[in-house]
Amino acid sequence: MQYLHNIGTYFLMIIELFRKPTKWSVMKELILKDIDDLIIGSIGIVAFIAFFVGGVVTIQTALNIDNPLIPKELIGFATRQSILLEFAPTFMSIIMAGKVGSFITSSIGTMRVTEQIDALEVMGINSLNYLVFPKLVAMAFYPFVISIAMFLGVIGGLMACIYGGYASADDFITGIQQEFEPFHIVYAFIKTFLFAFVLATIPSYHGYYMKGGALEVGEASTTSFVWTSVAIIIINYLATQLLLS
Amino acid sequence: MIEVKNLHKSFGDAHILKGISATFHKGKTNLIIGQSGSGKSVFLKCLLGLYDYEQGRIEYDGEVFSNLSEDKKRDMRAKIGMVFQGSALFDSLTIEENVMFPLRMFTKLKKDEMRDRANIVLKRVNLEDAHNKMPSEASGGMQKRVAIARAIVNNPKYLFCDEPNSGLDPKTAIVIDNLIHEITEENNITTVINTHDMNSVMEIGDNIMFLRNGLKAWEGSKDTIFKTDNEVVTDFVYSSNLFKKVREAILREHS
Ligand SMILES: Nc1ncnc2c1ncn2[C@@H]1O[C@H](COP(=O)(O)OP(=O)(O)O)[C@@H](O)[C@H]1O
Ligand SMILES: [Mg+2]
Repeated sequence: MQYLHNIGTYFLMIIELFRKPTKWSVMKELILKDIDDLIIGSIGIVAFIAFFVGGVVTIQTALNIDNPLIPKELIGFATRQSILLEFAPTFMSIIMAGKVGSFITSSIGTMRVTEQIDALEVMGINSLNYLVFPKLVAMAFYPFVISIAMFLGVIGGLMACIYGGYASADDFITGIQQEFEPFHIVYAFIKTFLFAFVLATIPSYHGYYMKGGALEVGEASTTSFVWTSVAIIIINYLATQLLLS
Repeated sequence: MIEVKNLHKSFGDAHILKGISATFHKGKTNLIIGQSGSGKSVFLKCLLGLYDYEQGRIEYDGEVFSNLSEDKKRDMRAKIGMVFQGSALFDSLTIEENVMFPLRMFTKLKKDEMRDRANIVLKRVNLEDAHNKMPSEASGGMQKRVAIARAIVNNPKYLFCDEPNSGLDPKTAIVIDNLIHEITEENNITTVINTHDMNSVMEIGDNIMFLRNGLKAWEGSKDTIFKTDNEVVTDFVYSSNLFKKVREAILREHS
Protein backbone atom coordinates (compact mmCIF):
# COMPACT_ATOMS: atom_id res chain seq x y z
CA MET A 1 0.00 0.00 0.00
CA GLN A 2 2.75 2.40 1.03
CA TYR A 3 4.67 1.46 -2.15
CA LEU A 4 1.71 2.35 -4.35
CA HIS A 5 1.33 5.63 -2.53
CA ASN A 6 5.02 6.45 -3.01
CA ILE A 7 4.93 5.55 -6.70
CA GLY A 8 1.85 7.75 -7.10
CA THR A 9 3.59 10.65 -5.36
CA TYR A 10 6.62 10.15 -7.60
CA PHE A 11 4.57 10.48 -10.78
CA LEU A 12 2.66 13.49 -9.42
CA MET A 13 6.02 15.06 -8.64
CA ILE A 14 7.07 14.62 -12.26
CA ILE A 15 3.93 16.41 -13.49
CA GLU A 16 4.29 19.14 -10.87
CA LEU A 17 7.89 19.91 -11.73
CA PHE A 18 6.86 21.20 -15.15
CA ARG A 19 4.21 23.58 -13.78
CA LYS A 20 4.65 27.26 -12.88
CA PRO A 21 8.16 27.59 -14.31
CA THR A 22 10.76 29.74 -12.58
CA LYS A 23 11.92 32.97 -14.24
CA TRP A 24 14.28 32.08 -17.10
CA SER A 25 17.06 34.39 -15.90
CA VAL A 26 17.19 32.46 -12.63
CA MET A 27 16.58 29.04 -14.17
CA LYS A 28 19.45 29.51 -16.62
CA GLU A 29 21.93 29.87 -13.74
CA LEU A 30 20.47 26.87 -11.92
CA ILE A 31 20.86 24.72 -15.02
CA LEU A 32 24.47 25.81 -15.53
CA LYS A 33 25.24 25.07 -11.90
CA ASP A 34 23.71 21.60 -12.14
CA ILE A 35 25.57 20.85 -15.37
CA ASP A 36 28.71 21.75 -13.50
CA ASP A 37 27.87 19.66 -10.42
CA LEU A 38 26.29 16.63 -12.07
CA ILE A 39 27.96 16.37 -15.48
CA ILE A 40 31.34 18.10 -15.43
CA GLY A 41 31.91 16.96 -11.86
CA SER A 42 31.38 13.31 -12.84
CA ILE A 43 33.68 13.16 -15.84
CA GLY A 44 36.86 12.57 -13.84
CA ILE A 45 35.68 9.53 -11.94
CA VAL A 46 33.85 8.14 -14.97
CA ALA A 47 36.98 8.46 -17.11
CA PHE A 48 39.12 6.78 -14.47
CA ILE A 49 36.77 3.85 -13.92
CA ALA A 50 36.03 3.37 -17.63
CA PHE A 51 39.69 3.28 -18.62
CA PHE A 52 40.73 0.69 -16.06
CA VAL A 53 37.67 -1.50 -16.22
CA GLY A 54 38.00 -1.45 -20.01
CA GLY A 55 41.50 -2.81 -19.49
CA VAL A 56 40.27 -5.52 -17.15
CA VAL A 57 37.54 -6.61 -19.57
CA THR A 58 40.19 -7.06 -22.26
CA ILE A 59 42.55 -9.01 -20.01
CA GLN A 60 39.75 -11.31 -18.86
CA THR A 61 38.63 -11.94 -22.42
CA ALA A 62 42.18 -12.58 -23.60
CA LEU A 63 42.87 -15.02 -20.77
CA ASN A 64 39.69 -16.95 -21.57
CA ILE A 65 40.50 -17.52 -25.22
CA ASP A 66 43.77 -19.36 -25.28
CA ASN A 67 42.59 -21.63 -28.08
CA PRO A 68 44.88 -20.84 -31.05
CA LEU A 69 42.00 -21.50 -33.48
CA ILE A 70 40.07 -18.48 -32.20
CA PRO A 71 41.22 -15.33 -33.98
CA LYS A 72 42.88 -12.66 -31.87
CA GLU A 73 40.46 -10.02 -33.21
CA LEU A 74 37.85 -11.51 -30.94
CA ILE A 75 39.47 -9.75 -27.98
CA GLY A 76 38.75 -6.33 -29.47
CA PHE A 77 35.29 -7.39 -30.60
CA ALA A 78 34.27 -8.75 -27.20
CA THR A 79 35.65 -5.72 -25.39
CA ARG A 80 33.71 -3.37 -27.65
CA GLN A 81 30.47 -5.29 -27.25
CA SER A 82 30.58 -5.51 -23.48
CA ILE A 83 31.62 -1.89 -23.01
CA LEU A 84 29.16 -0.35 -25.46
CA LEU A 85 26.17 -2.46 -24.56
CA GLU A 86 26.37 -2.93 -20.81
CA PHE A 87 29.42 -1.64 -19.06
CA ALA A 88 29.29 2.03 -20.11
CA PRO A 89 25.54 2.65 -19.99
CA THR A 90 24.38 0.33 -17.22
CA PHE A 91 27.20 -0.19 -14.78
CA MET A 92 28.36 3.39 -15.06
CA SER A 93 24.81 4.47 -14.21
CA ILE A 94 24.82 2.35 -11.07
CA ILE A 95 28.02 4.10 -10.05
CA MET A 96 26.38 7.42 -10.85
CA ALA A 97 23.41 6.44 -8.68
CA GLY A 98 25.94 6.51 -5.87
CA LYS A 99 27.71 9.68 -6.88
CA VAL A 100 25.13 11.93 -8.54
CA GLY A 101 22.16 10.30 -6.79
CA SER A 102 23.32 10.74 -3.24
CA PHE A 103 24.48 14.26 -4.04
CA ILE A 104 20.99 15.15 -5.29
CA THR A 105 19.19 13.48 -2.39
CA SER A 106 21.37 15.01 0.28
CA SER A 107 21.36 18.50 -1.19
CA ILE A 108 17.57 18.60 -1.66
CA GLY A 109 17.03 16.77 1.65
CA THR A 110 19.15 19.31 3.50
CA MET A 111 17.09 22.09 1.93
CA ARG A 112 13.96 20.33 3.18
CA VAL A 113 15.08 19.92 6.77
CA THR A 114 16.51 23.44 7.02
CA GLU A 115 13.25 24.96 5.70
CA GLN A 116 14.91 26.31 2.55
CA ILE A 117 12.14 24.66 0.54
CA ASP A 118 9.54 26.43 2.70
CA ALA A 119 11.41 29.68 2.09
CA LEU A 120 11.02 29.14 -1.67
CA GLU A 121 7.34 28.30 -1.32
CA VAL A 122 6.69 31.43 0.77
CA MET A 123 8.00 33.45 -2.14
CA GLY A 124 5.49 31.71 -4.39
CA ILE A 125 8.15 29.70 -6.19
CA ASN A 126 7.27 26.20 -7.37
CA SER A 127 10.07 24.53 -5.43
CA LEU A 128 9.86 21.31 -7.44
CA ASN A 129 10.38 23.21 -10.65
CA TYR A 130 13.13 25.29 -9.07
CA LEU A 131 15.02 22.28 -7.70
CA VAL A 132 14.32 19.31 -9.94
CA PHE A 133 13.78 20.77 -13.41
CA PRO A 134 17.36 22.10 -13.75
CA LYS A 135 18.70 18.69 -12.71
CA LEU A 136 16.59 17.03 -15.36
CA VAL A 137 17.86 19.43 -18.01
CA ALA A 138 21.45 18.99 -16.84
CA MET A 139 21.09 15.21 -17.04
CA ALA A 140 20.11 15.54 -20.69
CA PHE A 141 23.89 15.88 -21.15
CA TYR A 142 24.45 12.55 -19.41
CA PRO A 143 24.85 10.63 -22.70
CA PHE A 144 27.91 12.79 -23.25
CA VAL A 145 29.43 11.34 -20.07
CA ILE A 146 28.56 7.83 -21.20
CA SER A 147 30.15 8.46 -24.61
CA ILE A 148 33.35 9.33 -22.81
CA ALA A 149 33.06 6.12 -20.82
CA MET A 150 32.58 4.12 -24.02
CA PHE A 151 35.53 5.72 -25.73
CA LEU A 152 37.91 5.47 -22.78
CA GLY A 153 36.76 1.95 -21.97
CA VAL A 154 37.79 0.79 -25.43
CA ILE A 155 41.05 2.78 -25.27
CA GLY A 156 41.77 1.20 -21.87
CA GLY A 157 41.17 -2.19 -23.46
CA LEU A 158 43.53 -1.40 -26.29
CA MET A 159 46.26 -0.30 -23.89
CA ALA A 160 45.90 -3.39 -21.74
CA CYS A 161 45.99 -5.55 -24.83
CA ILE A 162 49.19 -4.01 -26.13
CA TYR A 163 51.02 -3.81 -22.82
CA GLY A 164 49.92 -7.26 -21.75
CA GLY A 165 51.01 -8.66 -25.11
CA TYR A 166 47.69 -10.48 -25.69
CA ALA A 167 47.32 -9.34 -29.29
CA SER A 168 48.70 -6.73 -31.63
CA ALA A 169 47.15 -3.28 -31.84
CA ASP A 170 46.09 -4.09 -35.40
CA ASP A 171 44.23 -7.23 -34.34
CA PHE A 172 42.46 -5.36 -31.56
CA ILE A 173 41.42 -2.48 -33.81
CA THR A 174 40.20 -4.85 -36.48
CA GLY A 175 38.17 -6.58 -33.78
CA ILE A 176 36.62 -3.31 -32.68
CA GLN A 177 35.38 -2.68 -36.22
CA GLN A 178 34.01 -6.17 -36.78
CA GLU A 179 30.27 -6.76 -37.31
CA PHE A 180 29.42 -3.29 -36.22
CA GLU A 181 25.67 -2.84 -35.73
CA PRO A 182 24.53 0.78 -35.61
CA PHE A 183 21.36 -0.21 -33.80
CA HIS A 184 23.44 -1.30 -30.82
CA ILE A 185 24.49 2.31 -30.40
CA VAL A 186 20.87 3.42 -30.61
CA TYR A 187 19.94 0.83 -28.02
CA ALA A 188 22.74 1.95 -25.70
CA PHE A 189 21.73 5.59 -25.92
CA ILE A 190 18.01 4.93 -25.46
CA LYS A 191 18.98 3.17 -22.24
CA THR A 192 21.27 6.03 -21.29
CA PHE A 193 18.49 8.59 -21.67
CA LEU A 194 16.14 6.50 -19.55
CA PHE A 195 18.83 6.13 -16.88
CA ALA A 196 19.48 9.88 -16.97
CA PHE A 197 15.80 10.51 -16.24
CA VAL A 198 15.86 8.02 -13.38
CA LEU A 199 19.11 9.45 -11.99
CA ALA A 200 17.64 12.95 -11.87
CA THR A 201 14.17 12.16 -10.55
CA ILE A 202 14.34 9.26 -8.08
CA PRO A 203 17.04 10.87 -5.88
CA SER A 204 15.14 14.19 -6.07
CA TYR A 205 12.00 12.43 -4.89
CA HIS A 206 13.81 10.93 -1.90
CA GLY A 207 15.28 14.28 -0.93
CA TYR A 208 12.17 16.37 -1.50
CA TYR A 209 9.71 14.24 0.43
CA MET A 210 11.97 13.31 3.34
CA LYS A 211 11.10 14.16 6.92
CA GLY A 212 13.31 14.62 9.95
CA GLY A 213 16.80 16.00 10.45
CA ALA A 214 20.44 15.54 9.47
CA LEU A 215 20.46 11.84 10.36
CA GLU A 216 17.48 11.20 8.11
CA VAL A 217 19.23 12.98 5.23
CA GLY A 218 21.89 10.26 5.39
CA GLU A 219 19.28 7.52 5.51
CA ALA A 220 17.41 9.07 2.60
CA SER A 221 20.61 9.06 0.50
CA THR A 222 21.10 5.36 1.14
CA THR A 223 17.48 4.52 0.35
CA SER A 224 17.69 6.65 -2.74
CA PHE A 225 20.78 4.77 -3.96
CA VAL A 226 19.04 1.42 -3.48
CA TRP A 227 15.88 2.42 -5.37
CA THR A 228 17.72 4.21 -8.15
CA SER A 229 19.87 1.09 -8.72
CA VAL A 230 16.83 -1.17 -8.66
CA ALA A 231 15.07 1.05 -11.20
CA ILE A 232 18.15 1.05 -13.47
CA ILE A 233 18.43 -2.74 -13.35
CA ILE A 234 14.74 -3.25 -14.12
CA ILE A 235 14.73 -0.68 -16.94
CA ASN A 236 17.87 -2.30 -18.34
CA TYR A 237 16.16 -5.67 -18.42
CA LEU A 238 12.97 -4.35 -20.00
CA ALA A 239 14.81 -2.21 -22.58
CA THR A 240 17.02 -5.13 -23.60
CA GLN A 241 14.04 -7.44 -23.91
CA LEU A 242 12.06 -4.92 -25.95
CA LEU A 243 14.80 -3.53 -28.17
CA LEU A 244 17.19 -6.39 -28.85
CA SER A 245 15.27 -9.64 -28.78
CA MET B 1 -3.42 44.42 9.62
CA ILE B 2 -4.02 40.70 9.57
CA GLU B 3 -7.25 39.22 10.87
CA VAL B 4 -7.69 35.55 11.65
CA LYS B 5 -11.10 34.13 12.35
CA ASN B 6 -11.80 30.74 13.87
CA LEU B 7 -8.80 28.91 12.42
CA HIS B 8 -8.84 25.11 12.64
CA LYS B 9 -5.97 22.89 11.59
CA SER B 10 -5.40 19.15 12.01
CA PHE B 11 -2.78 16.65 10.94
CA GLY B 12 -4.68 13.39 10.63
CA ASP B 13 -6.28 12.82 14.02
CA ALA B 14 -4.20 15.45 15.78
CA HIS B 15 -6.24 18.62 16.13
CA ILE B 16 -3.48 21.24 16.47
CA LEU B 17 -5.38 24.55 16.15
CA LYS B 18 -8.90 24.45 17.55
CA GLY B 19 -10.48 27.71 16.46
CA ILE B 20 -8.15 30.66 16.84
CA SER B 21 -9.17 34.25 16.21
CA ALA B 22 -6.71 37.09 16.37
CA THR B 23 -5.95 40.54 15.05
CA PHE B 24 -2.39 41.62 14.27
CA HIS B 25 -1.85 45.34 13.98
CA LYS B 26 0.22 47.46 11.64
CA GLY B 27 3.43 49.01 12.94
CA LYS B 28 3.38 46.71 15.94
CA THR B 29 5.33 43.61 16.90
CA ASN B 30 2.64 41.02 17.55
CA LEU B 31 3.97 38.11 19.61
CA ILE B 32 2.64 34.59 19.74
CA ILE B 33 3.92 32.84 22.82
CA GLY B 34 3.44 29.32 24.11
CA GLN B 35 5.31 26.16 24.96
CA SER B 36 7.18 24.14 22.38
CA GLY B 37 4.69 22.04 20.47
CA SER B 38 1.76 24.37 21.20
CA GLY B 39 1.28 25.00 17.48
CA LYS B 40 2.97 28.37 16.97
CA SER B 41 4.83 27.31 13.83
CA VAL B 42 1.77 25.57 12.43
CA PHE B 43 -0.25 28.75 13.01
CA LEU B 44 2.35 30.85 11.21
CA LYS B 45 2.53 28.43 8.29
CA CYS B 46 -1.26 28.63 7.96
CA LEU B 47 -1.02 32.43 7.83
CA LEU B 48 1.64 32.16 5.14
CA GLY B 49 -0.42 29.78 3.05
CA LEU B 50 2.15 26.99 3.40
CA TYR B 51 -0.46 24.79 5.08
CA ASP B 52 -4.09 24.33 4.13
CA TYR B 53 -6.55 24.52 6.99
CA GLU B 54 -9.94 22.91 7.47
CA GLN B 55 -11.85 25.91 8.68
CA GLY B 56 -11.40 29.61 9.23
CA ARG B 57 -10.60 32.81 7.41
CA ILE B 58 -7.39 34.80 7.11
CA GLU B 59 -7.55 38.38 5.86
CA TYR B 60 -4.59 40.53 4.89
CA ASP B 61 -5.93 44.09 5.05
CA GLY B 62 -9.33 42.84 4.03
CA GLU B 63 -8.10 40.45 1.31
CA VAL B 64 -8.77 36.76 1.84
CA PHE B 65 -5.53 35.11 0.77
CA SER B 66 -6.94 31.71 -0.17
CA ASN B 67 -9.54 33.30 -2.47
CA LEU B 68 -7.05 35.24 -4.57
CA SER B 69 -6.15 34.32 -8.14
CA GLU B 70 -2.65 32.94 -8.78
CA ASP B 71 -1.43 36.34 -10.00
CA LYS B 72 -2.84 38.17 -7.00
CA LYS B 73 -1.36 35.56 -4.69
CA ARG B 74 2.00 36.22 -6.23
CA ASP B 75 1.60 39.97 -5.73
CA MET B 76 0.64 39.29 -2.14
CA ARG B 77 3.63 37.02 -1.55
CA ALA B 78 5.92 39.76 -2.80
CA LYS B 79 4.67 41.82 0.16
CA ILE B 80 5.45 39.11 2.72
CA GLY B 81 8.79 38.60 4.44
CA MET B 82 9.54 35.53 6.52
CA VAL B 83 12.37 34.77 8.93
CA PHE B 84 12.54 31.02 9.54
CA GLN B 85 13.54 29.41 12.80
CA GLY B 86 16.81 28.08 11.37
CA SER B 87 17.27 31.12 9.09
CA ALA B 88 16.75 28.93 5.99
CA LEU B 89 19.39 30.76 3.98
CA PHE B 90 20.09 29.22 0.58
CA ASP B 91 23.41 27.59 1.23
CA SER B 92 24.59 27.56 -2.37
CA LEU B 93 24.30 31.37 -2.58
CA THR B 94 26.48 34.02 -0.98
CA ILE B 95 25.04 36.26 1.71
CA GLU B 96 24.56 39.07 -0.79
CA GLU B 97 22.88 36.74 -3.30
CA ASN B 98 20.58 35.50 -0.56
CA VAL B 99 19.46 39.04 0.17
CA MET B 100 19.06 39.80 -3.55
CA PHE B 101 16.97 36.68 -4.10
CA PRO B 102 13.49 38.17 -3.47
CA LEU B 103 14.39 41.10 -5.71
CA ARG B 104 15.34 38.72 -8.52
CA MET B 105 12.08 36.87 -8.07
CA PHE B 106 9.69 39.78 -7.69
CA THR B 107 11.20 42.84 -9.37
CA LYS B 108 12.59 43.82 -12.75
CA LEU B 109 15.52 45.74 -11.26
CA LYS B 110 18.92 45.59 -12.93
CA LYS B 111 21.62 43.58 -11.22
CA ASP B 112 23.44 46.69 -10.01
CA GLU B 113 20.27 48.17 -8.57
CA MET B 114 19.56 44.90 -6.78
CA ARG B 115 23.06 44.82 -5.39
CA ASP B 116 22.76 48.41 -4.16
CA ARG B 117 19.46 47.69 -2.50
CA ALA B 118 20.85 44.52 -0.90
CA ASN B 119 23.82 46.42 0.46
CA ILE B 120 21.63 49.12 1.98
CA VAL B 121 19.67 46.45 3.81
CA LEU B 122 22.79 44.56 4.87
CA LYS B 123 24.08 47.81 6.35
CA ARG B 124 20.78 48.18 8.16
CA VAL B 125 21.40 44.86 9.93
CA ASN B 126 25.07 45.74 10.55
CA LEU B 127 26.53 43.29 8.07
CA GLU B 128 28.21 45.55 5.54
CA ASP B 129 31.39 43.46 5.43
CA ALA B 130 29.87 40.05 4.97
CA HIS B 131 28.28 40.05 1.51
CA ASN B 132 30.68 37.70 -0.21
CA LYS B 133 30.70 35.10 2.53
CA MET B 134 28.75 31.87 2.23
CA PRO B 135 26.05 31.30 4.87
CA SER B 136 28.05 28.38 6.31
CA GLU B 137 30.87 30.79 7.12
CA ALA B 138 28.61 33.05 9.18
CA SER B 139 27.75 32.67 12.86
CA GLY B 140 24.20 31.92 14.01
CA GLY B 141 23.57 35.55 14.89
CA MET B 142 24.87 36.71 11.51
CA GLN B 143 22.71 34.17 9.70
CA LYS B 144 19.66 35.47 11.54
CA ARG B 145 20.50 39.01 10.51
CA VAL B 146 20.94 37.92 6.89
CA ALA B 147 17.57 36.19 7.11
CA ILE B 148 16.04 39.42 8.38
CA ALA B 149 17.74 41.36 5.59
CA ARG B 150 16.37 38.92 3.03
CA ALA B 151 12.90 39.21 4.55
CA ILE B 152 12.80 43.02 4.44
CA VAL B 153 14.74 43.74 1.24
CA ASN B 154 11.63 44.04 -0.90
CA ASN B 155 9.87 46.38 1.58
CA PRO B 156 7.29 43.92 2.83
CA LYS B 157 4.01 45.00 4.38
CA TYR B 158 3.91 41.84 6.48
CA LEU B 159 6.81 40.28 8.35
CA PHE B 160 6.73 36.86 10.02
CA CYS B 161 9.43 35.54 12.31
CA ASP B 162 9.52 32.03 13.75
CA GLU B 163 11.55 32.11 16.96
CA PRO B 164 13.97 34.69 15.56
CA ASN B 165 16.31 34.49 18.53
CA SER B 166 16.26 30.82 19.41
CA GLY B 167 19.78 29.45 19.73
CA LEU B 168 21.35 32.88 20.17
CA ASP B 169 23.12 34.24 23.21
CA PRO B 170 21.02 36.70 25.28
CA LYS B 171 22.82 39.76 24.03
CA THR B 172 22.57 38.93 20.34
CA ALA B 173 18.96 37.88 20.94
CA ILE B 174 18.09 41.34 22.23
CA VAL B 175 19.87 43.00 19.30
CA ILE B 176 17.80 40.89 16.88
CA ASP B 177 14.57 41.64 18.76
CA ASN B 178 15.20 45.35 18.76
CA LEU B 179 16.17 45.30 15.11
CA ILE B 180 12.86 43.69 14.19
CA HIS B 181 11.01 46.13 16.41
CA GLU B 182 12.66 49.18 14.86
CA ILE B 183 12.12 47.99 11.30
CA THR B 184 8.48 47.31 12.11
CA GLU B 185 7.93 50.83 13.39
CA GLU B 186 10.04 52.54 10.71
CA ASN B 187 8.22 50.90 7.82
CA ASN B 188 4.82 50.46 9.45
CA ILE B 189 4.91 46.69 8.92
CA THR B 190 2.47 44.19 10.36
CA THR B 191 4.87 41.90 12.18
CA VAL B 192 4.02 38.54 13.74
CA ILE B 193 6.66 36.80 15.85
CA ASN B 194 6.63 33.33 17.40
CA THR B 195 8.64 33.06 20.56
CA HIS B 196 8.92 31.29 23.86
CA ASP B 197 11.53 33.71 25.11
CA MET B 198 10.42 35.89 28.02
CA ASN B 199 13.11 38.45 27.24
CA SER B 200 11.46 39.11 23.89
CA VAL B 201 8.14 39.45 25.63
CA MET B 202 9.58 42.10 27.94
CA GLU B 203 11.42 43.94 25.16
CA ILE B 204 9.08 44.02 22.21
CA GLY B 205 5.68 42.61 23.27
CA ASP B 206 3.39 45.27 21.77
CA ASN B 207 0.64 42.69 21.45
CA ILE B 208 0.87 39.21 22.88
CA MET B 209 -1.24 36.16 22.20
CA PHE B 210 -0.74 33.11 24.40
CA LEU B 211 -1.35 29.79 22.70
CA ARG B 212 -2.16 26.68 24.69
CA ASN B 213 -3.71 23.34 23.74
CA GLY B 214 -4.64 24.73 20.33
CA LEU B 215 -6.57 27.67 21.76
CA LYS B 216 -5.88 31.29 22.51
CA ALA B 217 -5.56 31.20 26.28
CA TRP B 218 -4.80 34.86 26.86
CA GLU B 219 -4.18 38.11 25.02
CA GLY B 220 -2.50 41.33 26.14
CA SER B 221 0.79 43.22 25.99
CA LYS B 222 4.10 43.40 27.83
CA ASP B 223 2.50 45.91 30.18
CA THR B 224 -0.37 43.66 31.17
CA ILE B 225 1.28 40.23 31.15
CA PHE B 226 2.88 40.80 34.56
CA LYS B 227 -0.33 41.87 36.14
CA THR B 228 -2.61 39.14 34.92
CA ASP B 229 -4.11 36.62 37.29
CA ASN B 230 -4.68 34.12 34.50
CA GLU B 231 -3.08 31.01 35.92
CA VAL B 232 -1.97 29.36 32.71
CA VAL B 233 -0.15 32.54 31.72
CA THR B 234 1.52 33.04 35.08
CA ASP B 235 2.45 29.38 35.09
CA PHE B 236 4.25 29.84 31.75
CA VAL B 237 5.75 33.24 32.44
CA TYR B 238 6.98 32.52 35.95
CA SER B 239 8.51 29.16 35.28
CA SER B 240 11.84 30.89 35.92
CA ASN B 241 12.84 32.31 39.30
CA LEU B 242 14.07 35.52 37.76
CA PHE B 243 10.64 36.39 36.44
CA LYS B 244 8.99 35.44 39.72
CA LYS B 245 11.12 38.13 41.32
CA VAL B 246 10.33 40.60 38.55
CA ARG B 247 6.64 40.06 39.13
CA GLU B 248 6.95 40.55 42.87
CA ALA B 249 8.83 43.80 42.27
CA ILE B 250 6.24 45.06 39.82
CA LEU B 251 3.35 44.20 42.10
CA ARG B 252 5.11 45.87 45.03
CA GLU B 253 5.60 49.00 42.95
CA HIS B 254 1.92 49.10 42.10
CA SER B 255 0.60 48.59 45.61
N1 LIG C 1 3.84 18.63 9.14
C1 LIG C 1 3.34 18.12 10.29
N2 LIG C 1 2.74 16.92 10.30
C2 LIG C 1 2.23 16.40 11.43
N3 LIG C 1 2.26 17.00 12.63
C3 LIG C 1 2.84 18.20 12.70
C4 LIG C 1 3.42 18.84 11.54
N4 LIG C 1 3.92 20.03 11.91
C5 LIG C 1 3.68 20.14 13.23
N5 LIG C 1 3.03 19.06 13.71
C6 LIG C 1 2.60 18.86 15.10
O1 LIG C 1 1.91 20.02 15.52
C7 LIG C 1 2.22 20.34 16.86
C8 LIG C 1 2.65 21.78 16.96
O2 LIG C 1 3.90 21.93 16.35
P1 LIG C 1 4.60 23.34 16.15
O3 LIG C 1 3.64 24.29 15.56
O4 LIG C 1 5.86 23.09 15.43
O5 LIG C 1 4.93 23.78 17.65
P2 LIG C 1 5.72 25.06 18.16
O6 LIG C 1 4.74 25.82 19.00
O7 LIG C 1 6.85 24.56 18.98
O8 LIG C 1 6.16 25.82 16.96
C9 LIG C 1 3.27 19.36 17.32
O9 LIG C 1 2.64 18.38 18.11
C10 LIG C 1 3.80 18.77 16.03
O10 LIG C 1 4.16 17.43 16.23
MG1 LIG D 1 8.06 26.21 16.23
